[in-house]
Amino acid sequence: MNAIGIGALKVLAALALMLVNGVVLIYMLRKVLGHLHLRLGPTHVGWKGTLQTTMDVLKLVTKEDITPRAVDRWLFRLAPAMVFVPSLMAYAALPFSDSWRITNLDAGLLYTFTALSIVPIGVLMAGWASANKWSLLGGMRAAAQQIAYEVPLLLSVLPIVMLVGSANLGTIVEAQQGTLFGVLPRWFILNPLFWPTFLIFVVASLVESNQTPFDMSEAESELVSGFSTEYSSMKFGLLYLSEFSNGFIISALGVTLFFGGWTLPWLPAPVVSALGPLIFMIKTYIGIFVMMWIRGTYPRVRIDQVMQLGWQRLIPISLVWIVFSGIVIKVWS
Amino acid sequence: MTETVNGAVFLALSFATIGGAVMMLSTRNVVHAAFWLLEVMIATAGLYLLLSAEFLALVQVLVYAGSVSVLVLFTIMLTLRRREDAIRPFEPGWSAGVLAALFGGAVLFAAERFFSQPRPGVMPETVPDVAAFGEKLFGTWAVPFEIASLVLLVALVGAVWWSGGEGR
Repeated sequence: MNAIGIGALKVLAALALMLVNGVVLIYMLRKVLGHLHLRLGPTHVGWKGTLQTTMDVLKLVTKEDITPRAVDRWLFRLAPAMVFVPSLMAYAALPFSDSWRITNLDAGLLYTFTALSIVPIGVLMAGWASANKWSLLGGMRAAAQQIAYEVPLLLSVLPIVMLVGSANLGTIVEAQQGTLFGVLPRWFILNPLFWPTFLIFVVASLVESNQTPFDMSEAESELVSGFSTEYSSMKFGLLYLSEFSNGFIISALGVTLFFGGWTLPWLPAPVVSALGPLIFMIKTYIGIFVMMWIRGTYPRVRIDQVMQLGWQRLIPISLVWIVFSGIVIKVWS
Repeated sequence: MTETVNGAVFLALSFATIGGAVMMLSTRNVVHAAFWLLEVMIATAGLYLLLSAEFLALVQVLVYAGSVSVLVLFTIMLTLRRREDAIRPFEPGWSAGVLAALFGGAVLFAAERFFSQPRPGVMPETVPDVAAFGEKLFGTWAVPFEIASLVLLVALVGAVWWSGGEGR
């Protein structure tokens, strides 16, 4: 088969993963949030409500697609694609195992952040095109957050790139193989140098990917449903799907950078390389579970608090930490 | 095979770049103009990618598409008092005509200079990858790089300090 055919198949595989993830994650979100709030979540359709999301997808597809009269037609139609496509693009550099990845990019880390940085533009587009004050406010908030948190997010992961000497996500995972003292895995999360890095990464990536408690552009307690208020049917479906997909990508990035990606130190090497994608998915889903736990536990912060945290705390801290860890890495090696 | 595919992609991308620029200038809606600008920037990144300049393409999208145009859009939407103000009438004046003529002349001059020079002959067989670029940047050009980053750091810290308000 020629290169174009293989490329198209890989894109289709990423799309399938994204869709299946979306369906599974919506069910998981309802169940996890339900149990955190001492409720049951969906119970009726299928065994323990497992078919609920499938039915919801059918409902979304068959619903009437309403376009309000005052909207900016072209931008209104384009915005869901503008949110969805970068979210799909971000799968390209993720290493699911040492051989399972769509591309092997030397600047894979930068690529993933680049893809995610386009999503808020789509949110802003949706907000403007909807011709609705709440939607516009939501879009503006997305843009403001994007400008404020892109800097600390990129700066926060630089110490890891400095230590490994590569921004290739596969190489970063390989640098975390093996064990310390025969027991502890050599994951970067167990290295004290990267604890502040991890904290900044978690906060900044939750903001960038619009997850509660930082989902200021949606904020249904203040803005109805924010940028997606005027959307219905599958357009809304695309916006919603890309939100779950971004959560998955952020969690996968965190696993790759801090929790050893597809590796597991206690198992023999052939078993690990065979089970790589499975280990990676389990770790990623644990990360997503923690994100849902945060979502169910913390109240939503205010927009001015988010902005203040970004500009006045996270940027200076991450700058100082880069200099400090640069010196430590240099002295150490 | 590769030649045809590259040619087709190049045609599409250059059409997107030039067409987007024309649309940006001809649209009467400032918000649409800003989105067309964004489209031109992303298409330019695609052209860089076609030249195997992976890093340049990523930085182009990250900085120009991801940050500069978001800033432009944010400013435009913040300064529009009403939604209808986004649509501006076409008001050509003498000054605009003179500017356009000057710019056209400059482009013609540059094109003439460019085409009168000898061609570089053949393109290099392989392109240096990101690692080679990094070694060059942090080896040969380390001092200018550090100076540039210091200037940007001072600008960033200054901007944050300045906008701190009366809480300081």
